[in-house]
Amino acid sequence: MSAFQLDVLQQLNALGKIDSTLATFPKEDPQDILSALSSLNAHGKIEYTRKDSIQYDLSEEGKDILANGSHEMKLVQLIKDFGKLKIKDVNEKLGPKGKVGQARAFKNGWIVKSKENELELSDKLQGGVNPSDETKELLHKIVDKKDSEINAKVLADLKKRKLIVPKKVTDFVIVKGNDFSLDLNKLETDITADMIVSGSYKDLKFKPYNFNSKGLPVQSGALHPLNKVREEFRQIFFSMGFTEMPTSQYVETGFWNFDALYVPQQHPARDLQDTFYIKDPSKSDLPEDRTYIENIKAVHENGKFDSIGYRYDWKEEECKKLVLRTHTTAISAKMLHELSKDPKPTRLFSIDRVFRNEAVDATHLAEFHQVEGVLADYNITLGGLISFMEEFFAKMGVTGLRFKPTYNPYTEPSMEIYSWHEGLGKWVEIGNSGMFRPEMLEPMGLPRDLRVLGWGLSLERPTMIKYKVQNIRELLGHKVSLDFIENNPAARLDEDLYT
Amino acid sequence: MPTISVNKQQLFDQIGKNYTTDEFDELCFQFGIELDEDTTEDALKNNEEPELKIEIGANRYDLLCIEGIAQSLNEYLERAETPKYKLSKPTTKLFIDPSTEQIRPYACAAILRNIKFTKYSYASFIALQDKLHSNICRNRTLVAVGTHDLDSIKGPFYYKALPPRDISFVPLNQTKEFDSAELMEFYKQPEQKNNLGRFVHIIESSPAYPVIKDANDTVCSLPPIINSEHSKISLETKNIFIEITATDKTKAEIVLNQLVAMFSRYCEDQFCVEPVEIVSEHNGQSRITPNFEERTVDTSISYINSALGLEQSPEQIASCLKKLSLHATPSKTNADVLNVKLPITRPDVLHPCDVMEDAAIGYGYDNLPKGTKLSNANFIASALPINKVADIFRIASSQASWLEVMPLTLCSHDENFKFLRLEDDGSQVVKLANPKTLEYQVVRTTLLPGILKTVKENRKHSLPIKVFETGDAVFKNDKLERKSYNERHWGAIYAGRTSGFEIIQGLLGKIMQTFRTEWLADYGANSSGRGYWTEQDDSLATYFPGRGASIFFRTREGEQPKKIGHMGVLHPEVMNNFEIPYAASYVELNAEAFL
Repeated sequence: MSAFQLDVLQQLNALGKIDSTLATFPKEDPQDILSALSSLNAHGKIEYTRKDSIQYDLSEEGKDILANGSHEMKLVQLIKDFGKLKIKDVNEKLGPKGKVGQARAFKNGWIVKSKENELELSDKLQGGVNPSDETKELLHKIVDKKDSEINAKVLADLKKRKLIVPKKVTDFVIVKGNDFSLDLNKLETDITADMIVSGSYKDLKFKPYNFNSKGLPVQSGALHPLNKVREEFRQIFFSMGFTEMPTSQYVETGFWNFDALYVPQQHPARDLQDTFYIKDPSKSDLPEDRTYIENIKAVHENGKFDSIGYRYDWKEEECKKLVLRTHTTAISAKMLHELSKDPKPTRLFSIDRVFRNEAVDATHLAEFHQVEGVLADYNITLGGLISFMEEFFAKMGVTGLRFKPTYNPYTEPSMEIYSWHEGLGKWVEIGNSGMFRPEMLEPMGLPRDLRVLGWGLSLERPTMIKYKVQNIRELLGHKVSLDFIENNPAARLDEDLYT
Repeated sequence: MPTISVNKQQLFDQIGKNYTTDEFDELCFQFGIELDEDTTEDALKNNEEPELKIEIGANRYDLLCIEGIAQSLNEYLERAETPKYKLSKPTTKLFIDPSTEQIRPYACAAILRNIKFTKYSYASFIALQDKLHSNICRNRTLVAVGTHDLDSIKGPFYYKALPPRDISFVPLNQTKEFDSAELMEFYKQPEQKNNLGRFVHIIESSPAYPVIKDANDTVCSLPPIINSEHSKISLETKNIFIEITATDKTKAEIVLNQLVAMFSRYCEDQFCVEPVEIVSEHNGQSRITPNFEERTVDTSISYINSALGLEQSPEQIASCLKKLSLHATPSKTNADVLNVKLPITRPDVLHPCDVMEDAAIGYGYDNLPKGTKLSNANFIASALPINKVADIFRIASSQASWLEVMPLTLCSHDENFKFLRLEDDGSQVVKLANPKTLEYQVVRTTLLPGILKTVKENRKHSLPIKVFETGDAVFKNDKLERKSYNERHWGAIYAGRTSGFEIIQGLLGKIMQTFRTEWLADYGANSSGRGYWTEQDDSLATYFPGRGASIFFRTREGEQPKKIGHMGVLHPEVMNNFEIPYAASYVELNAEAFL
């Protein structure tokens, strides 16, 4: 507590009420008074009200008039002394303000102009009559703080004549507060280390807290929402015994991306319209396993492994075209080919980027993430596949699935996975699944009774639903808002995702 | 997947019930097609006939018209049998000239006699040809269909390839005669471009164009572009000559079979087709088309039961398959085998697994037993090692108050090079052949362009802007099967009123400390242990001269140090190139160094 604050409390104690700080503490700066009062008020010592008003000071010219009389009075005195005065001499005798005095003396009817262009006293002032100096009297009233007696028009005229200068005055009325006391003990705002060490907190009074506030924003980093959802999916896969596939390979060969998956070479998915082809490097190698390649050729061209094939001229050159992978299933195919060296039940998954040469809009980007699971086991049934999907999706809070027959070049049977969407009031597709075709698996050398289930969904779609993002470009890519990244909540997939 | 619009009332009349939208949606769901839209509401407003838009499987060419959808659904609902398609005796021939080898070597043909079209069936006949052309025919590149009023032309027919100037005729819907070279120019005019112009490229550069002529040397069609006005069909046409030309014989026969199977139902002798004798001695393709021989797929009963988790009798399986138009009879020689006969409309069946799927659809996916739950017990899951390293980067960076961003991997060539003040020596970057926009020309070799673009888009965000990414860059490598590889990188930027270089240095230190890597102040010859250091590197043109450094890492005592990244104050030109009005410092590391 400052000395001044103590002074205020003491004066208040003595007077009971301070009506005007201007009067009681004329020397204090109003800003200092305000900060002292608001601090005392915060401690409940006082209550105060603020009164702002306008007061006037005299200008230098005003002060001169107050001391020596107005310009018009000076002129009258001069004329009195000399009898008459040539107009051209006014400036010489009275300086530049002489003109002002001359004009006002005429206006007051104190002087007249003779035929010889000389100023003489008017009849009114003949015989030693002394006029009253109105300007000087007005300024007296200003100095005596009696400006309330002057009417507004006259005040404005004085201002216009630059004789007075307005100034804002802040005054305060102070009364005692609920916790009024003279002592210097203030309410503490915070518990400090010193208080704890010294034990002084026991004797101190603490300011009440305002709990109706959010506190200060915390400086923090953040992970991207898409990666947060990705992590949720990874944990679901891990919990079900799935190992992550090495999908760090964006550039893929036509062979792995298409031919190995039994996508015929004239399939529309291989169109320039849908797939990014690579110009440089221009051409890939093929897997070293020539038997595998011959099997792929046979199963496409004339049929093999009980399939009649697509019956067209299969070209090895087409396999060597490099593309940006259109699905991570290219890597799954490679993993399954490796599995053929030692076939056994296997569970694999990946969540990684795939590329489509599509026109960009609110739901399509040239890049997105595919979530893919691959499950190989002996003699799995279609019903087993369905119940496994139910278990998988239940882990992300999605239940009540339905399965719709569909077509996919590399799975048979193929099933689209639907879940009921409360908000939309209809069944929505949430993923795709199926058993890989024998034409894909048997050329690799995998045994016939090892059936392989594959399923996939995009990472973006559930994330957009989770975080209520309407436009995929606001989620993936450089147009994302950093505020959005900073402020998004944890991605708990089991929190009512699709409702 | 193709979407087919069918007249709602026509379809419901044909399948014998006025379904509600929900009921029909459910029927589609069970059968494996999808009701995209029921236009009833809009149609009523516009005084049009309501349509159903139905999405079908890309391999089910028999569902590309209302006739096929109705036939299949009727069989699925057990309201109809598969039609018995039959052939009459050929009355004419189509001679294929060896000259066609150079451009479009295959052809087949058939005749529909005494057909009676209605307004609807005629429109459907035209629409089916369009649907076939845009799907299985791959926009007429593989197969093209021509249909003609047989009464306006006279067999035998001739298929040959002639120099463009030697083929003159009045094309369909035109009044004047063109030679085919002129015709190509005509169709390439901008106002024609979206119609026939888009097919011109298929033959344009060939010295000889395919042409079908009749016995009187009248031009019937210029495949795969246009038919002649002379032989055009109409609602009143009685006898239709269908010719198919192709570069793919299998698909040509599929297309012919679908067309005649769907529309022979409107012939006086229902489901009867008149074949045409194809004479093609030069390539051994002489035969009679169409070929209505039904293929048989022998399918193991135990395979179907095992895949479906069922114990069905052969008869039960057969009744499921019948709903999907497959006709199964138990084999006389093997008790475990069903001989499954495929109608000519189901060329999509390639393998017993396709039969197995139809058995499942016939049984109903909803009705399949769930079976015993697969156990998760025998599988030990593990994360991909590089993803574990990346997660350490990600978590440490976010803990250090950086925000994670995920820009795209593809960028423009300028963004990856020129804007970063770098030259492309052609040794590193993978370039795309067919991007639709300039935004996607190359696969990035550094994370910096995406990070800078993100900063640019967020330049109104409070300063400083601190973002990082852990993602893949891609590099060429001729020794690999795929001629390129991904490399996981980590990059982080500080952008603000000042460059904040010390802050980026501090972040690098934090990351290195997280990876158990000491700062080696007296690096080089004077130290030999695990650690990292930085050396000023003026060859890094992306950074302001004298303010760029390479980062070195020695993994263990005595190892050769590796250069694993770079850092520095970004060059003002780089900031200007990305339109960012701030100073910035950046660090990028190859995350694989920590594997």
